[in-house]
Parts: sequence; structure tokens; C-alpha cells
Amino acid sequence: MARLFEYQGKELLKKTKVPIPQGDVATTPLEARKIAEKVGKPVAIKSQIWAGGRGKAGGIQFAQNPAEAEKVASKLLGSEIKNLTVERVLVEEKLDIDREFYAGVIIDASREARAPVVMFSTEGGVDIEEVPSEKIAQMTVDVLRGLRFYDALNLAIRLKVPTQLLPAIAQAILGLYETFKGYNCRTAEINPLVLTKEGKIYAADCRMSIDDSSVFRHPELGIDVARESPTPPTELDKIAWQIEEGDLRGTCYIAQMVPEIKELGYVGYHGIGGGGAILGVDALNRQGLKIANYADTSGNPTAAKVYRAAKVILAQAGIEGYMLGGFIVANQEQWHHAHGVVKALREELTNKPGFPVVLLLCGNKEKESLEILREGTKDLPARVEIYGSDNVYETEFLAKRMKALIEEYRRERGVKEG
Amino acid sequence: MAILLEKDTKVLVQGITGREGSARAAFMKGYGTKVVAGVTPGRGGEEVAGIPVYNTVEEAVNEQGSVDASVTFVPGPALKGAVLEAMDSGIRFIVMPVERVPLYDILEMMAYAKLKGARLLGPGAIGIISPGIAAAGWLGGTPEFAKRVFVPGPVGVISRSGGQSGTVPWTIKEAGLGVSTVLHIGTEPVVGQSMGDILPLFQEDGDTKAVAIFGEIGGPYEEEAAAAVREKRFTKSLVVYVAGAWAPEGMRFSHASSIIERGRGSAKDKISSLKEAGVHVVDRPDEIAPTLKRLLKA
Repeated sequence: MARLFEYQGKELLKKTKVPIPQGDVATTPLEARKIAEKVGKPVAIKSQIWAGGRGKAGGIQFAQNPAEAEKVASKLLGSEIKNLTVERVLVEEKLDIDREFYAGVIIDASREARAPVVMFSTEGGVDIEEVPSEKIAQMTVDVLRGLRFYDALNLAIRLKVPTQLLPAIAQAILGLYETFKGYNCRTAEINPLVLTKEGKIYAADCRMSIDDSSVFRHPELGIDVARESPTPPTELDKIAWQIEEGDLRGTCYIAQMVPEIKELGYVGYHGIGGGGAILGVDALNRQGLKIANYADTSGNPTAAKVYRAAKVILAQAGIEGYMLGGFIVANQEQWHHAHGVVKALREELTNKPGFPVVLLLCGNKEKESLEILREGTKDLPARVEIYGSDNVYETEFLAKRMKALIEEYRRERGVKEG
Repeated sequence: MAILLEKDTKVLVQGITGREGSARAAFMKGYGTKVVAGVTPGRGGEEVAGIPVYNTVEEAVNEQGSVDASVTFVPGPALKGAVLEAMDSGIRFIVMPVERVPLYDILEMMAYAKLKGARLLGPGAIGIISPGIAAAGWLGGTPEFAKRVFVPGPVGVISRSGGQSGTVPWTIKEAGLGVSTVLHIGTEPVVGQSMGDILPLFQEDGDTKAVAIFGEIGGPYEEEAAAAVREKRFTKSLVVYVAGAWAPEGMRFSHASSIIERGRGSAKDKISSLKEAGVHVVDRPDEIAPTLKRLLKA
């Protein structure tokens, strides 16, 4: 997973000379107590979860002494905040805040830039999206030239930061950029960048994500699934990544949409090709169906890779159907897909009589591929419908077929909606 | 006529002795593309499908006189080296059918391309095809498949999806029309050629009467198309479909470029900025071809 927790981001910032509050991460209340003892001051105890607004949700609390820190940590650890379980807390010195700034680096993909953009604002502690543009100073960085100390100074000067604060703030901006560059971040933000009443600058909080394709350059980060997602990887995500990792032949992408299926209407979804795969989801949604997972195997994957993906999709408990959404006239030979899918269906569906399956596969070697699908599924007890390029954009029709098969399947088993 | 890949475009294949490089070089040549050379360090003097192999791009360019375009079949982590080498040897159009490229490598390539005045298609672009003339990359697949799916005609196609860059031309053919040049811009978080670069080229191309875009959520690309129309850098008919209305914010699906970040790049925003510019936005991809047909008749 390419997103970092606050404590991980702070460890990186420390290496590029951005001052961070004294403290450490704890997984048990006792550890929290020991860290608080070491800090020797009142501490903040911060839940390490990937969610904004954790302060308002009660995820950040304070303690005057080590005993209190232990008590607070025992309350936070294991609790659920914004539907995420708190597994770690960051225990660090409580800052006496005078002012809050913001510093961030993002990638601007627009044709005018295609480069990193460094942003600084005198309005920290709030979502940068809500800050008026006149309170934000920004600079597009020419990566062949880099960001220089005086660039950072000038950003702060533009927003009339008092002279005595300029060097420390510029150093923090520069350090953030160095982290961004050195660790190949997709985004890196310090928010807030705090001025304490003692006149010191600290990175009080940070958000960082590492570029998925650069994760291999940083084994020290211990990222086990190099994929962006709003939540930490589930078991299925980890299995999906294992299919992909180390096998560069084609792409396999699987994202679990719900951790556990508790209601009707979920389909195991197996798309081919990013753009086309989305079409099928749009159409299923219009029929009132939902996808249990989003998957895409494309870029000329091997049959083995397709098979493993299809297995994972079909094995999800609670799905009422499986759709192979090949809404593309693919340039690559499609028989690899046909072979992989047939093998998975034969293994997963022999004990699921009537299970709804809609298969759409189009493109190079289509006739042969459809023949493989027909031959390979004709003796299965499942409800299998197979379509080719005559229906490549018949998203509504295919979603309706999926829905109709699911309704038949429910009636047959006496399952009622609602 | 076509854009970027024309009748006389001399093409080089970097990584020509690899699995994909050798297979695709043969297909490209079989389709009619002028593939004049290939490069694999340490393999100079060999031949792949009758194409001479050189050790470096410079060597290839010196031997061939000039090379106009390169197609890179190299792994993501090796792409930067290959592309910088091509640009240093004077090549100004590079097709990059390569995924999983480290982001900072991409940024360096983009900055260097700006300096050199080069056009980079991708990374993550499956390719470009000018039907009946030439193909570069994966687009087209085999010569037989390419001839069946891509027929010459008046529609330029720009796709953000690799698969759809075959499918949209197929539906255009089924509707009795054809395509001038088809490009897939690539799936990586930053790409070198997008709507704002390509639409003005189609504007200049006499054979292109209309353009179809298969769009997606995320990124600034559909907004660029809207701006090109608003600022009259593109005045021909434009039909756009934007996929991904269902996707939640922050969720990435297959393409690294298709993520709704910081509340921007949603299908709704894209559609409204396109509509405001007077672009024909269709609700479903199967409406692209019929809409083009109607517009071209009028």
C-alpha cells in the first residue's frame, strides 16, 4: 500500500531535516506510557488511521502524564474511528501552538506543468481545498533544476511571513520537497506546519503517499501492497497483489469494494481493460446491482494470471453472479482470457447449480475464444450466457441479462429481496 | 494524411529483441510501418524480422541517416534511460507502451522533452495507428486484426483507455465511417501528450473532419479538451464520452491516471465543462458512432 501513516511520514521528514515533535509510535498502552515518560512533558496521543477529520472524531487526545497516556492509549487502541480499527497510536509532545501554516507538494498532470508543484499557505490546519487562492503561494518545479532554498524563502515572502521565521519555514518546505523527491511521493503534505509559542517550527501532522511504481525502490518502507486505496489492504487485496507482483506479463488489478457482503445484489466483476471495465459497472449499477469487487485483467496477461484473478473473484462469499465484462474489441488474442476463465469456472461452479454467469469476450481471435468458453462451460450446472463483439457496447442489455439470471436464481432457491 | 504517424515516418524500435519488441516490430512492419531500425545494447549486427539491430540509438540514427519516431518496448524502470537516449539522438516523437514507470522518472522525461521540443505519447500508451498507413505500439495487434477493425476515414480518435482505442474505431466502422488517426494517450499518472496537445493537430489535418474522445474520470484531460474548444484551437465536431460516473472519490481503478483526487476530476465536473464549451457529450459509448454520423452528415 502506497499510503503512509503519519508516523511513517514523520520518520521520512526527519531524515530531510524537517523538525518533528519528540515522540514515537505505540501498539500497546504500556508502550505509550514508556514513550510519554521519555518525552517528559504532556503528550498528544494520535490514532494512526487513514482518515481525515480524526481529531473531530475523537481520534486525537491529550494526556498530562505517563499514567494518563497509558489510559488514553488503552481506550484508543482497538477502537473504531470512521470505520477503521486503530492499531497504532503516535505518542508525541503536545505543542503549544501559536500559528499554523501549510506546506505541500503535489503532481500537476496538466500539459502546462507535467511537474511537481510546491505549495505554501499561511492558513494551515484546514483542508487546503478550502483556503482562498490569495492565501496560497505556489511554484511549479522544473525537475531538471530542482527546488532551491531561495525558492522556498520566496514562497513564504510572497505571503508576508515575518522575517525571523523565514529560514525555518523555508528549511521545512525544502525538506518536504527532498522527501517528496527522495521517496518518490505521489503527494506529500505537512498540515499543519506549526509555529509554537516558543518560536519553533514543527511538522505537526503530515500526509504522504508513495508512487505505486516506485515502491520497489524503497524496500525499507515495508509496503506490502503497492496500490492506492482509501483503506489499508484487506486479505483479498493482498492475494490480488500477489498475483500481480513479480509477474509483469499483463496487468491484474483487483479491488474489493465491500469487506463483507451482507445483502443481496452483489456481482463478482471481472473486467478487461480499464476503460471498458468501467462501462460494465455503470450499467450494472443502473440495474440496481452492485459490484463486490472491481477487477481488470488486461495488457495481454497469461491464462494463468487470468485464472488466478477469476478464482479470487468467484470465491467471494455472498456474490449472486459473475460477469466477465470484456467491453473492448481487444487487440491482443483473447484465448488466454477464455482458457483462464473456463478453468476457474469449472473449479468454482460445479457445486453451485444455477449460478448466474454472463461472459462477454471480444477482439483478436474472438471466434476461437468464444468456442473455448462454450465448450468449457456446456456441462456446468450454472446459468451461463456467452456474448461476443456483436454486443460489445450493449452494456444495458448485458446488465439486464445479469439481473434476469439473478432473479431466476433467487426464485429457484426461494430467496426474497428485502 | 494523418497526424504524427504518416506515410514517410521512419520508426525505430527500442528493445527490439525482447518478447514484445520482436513480435510487435514484425507486426508493425507487416502493416506497412517504415520500421528502419531496432536497438538493444549488446545485440548490434543482428536482425529481427529483417530489421537491422543496433547497440545504441545514435548508432542507428547515424546508419539510417535520420529517424523520426521511436517505440519503446522496455520495462518500466528502464524507460527513462531509453527515452532520454532517443531524445539525445534527435528523435522528436516517442511512443511508450510501457506501464509501471516510476513517477519521478516520468517527470524527468517530461521536463527533458519540453527542453528538446519532443512529443512523448504515454507512458502507458498502447500506441497510435493511422489506418492503411502505419501503426506504432500494440495498437492494431496483428496486421489482419488491424485491417479488420481500423478503416480509413474522417474521424480522429483519442482514447484514455487502451482497449477502447480499438473498440471505438470498431463501432465507427460498423456505423459506416472510418478513422484518420487513433491514439491512446496512456494510463500513467502523468503523460506527455493529452487532449490539449492532440486536438490542434487534428485541427490542422485536412482529412480529419471530426474527433471522438473516450474519456475517463480523473486527471485534467477532458477539461483540456473543453478549453481547446472554448479557445478555438479546435473548431471541428467533437464527441466525448466520459466513463466512471460510479467511482467513489479516492478510489483508483486500473489506470493510475483515473483517480478522483482532491475533489477534482469527477465525471460530473468533466461533463459540465465540456457541455459549457458546446461539445457533444454522449451518455453511453455506443452513442459515439451514431452521433458522429449525424454530425458529419449535417
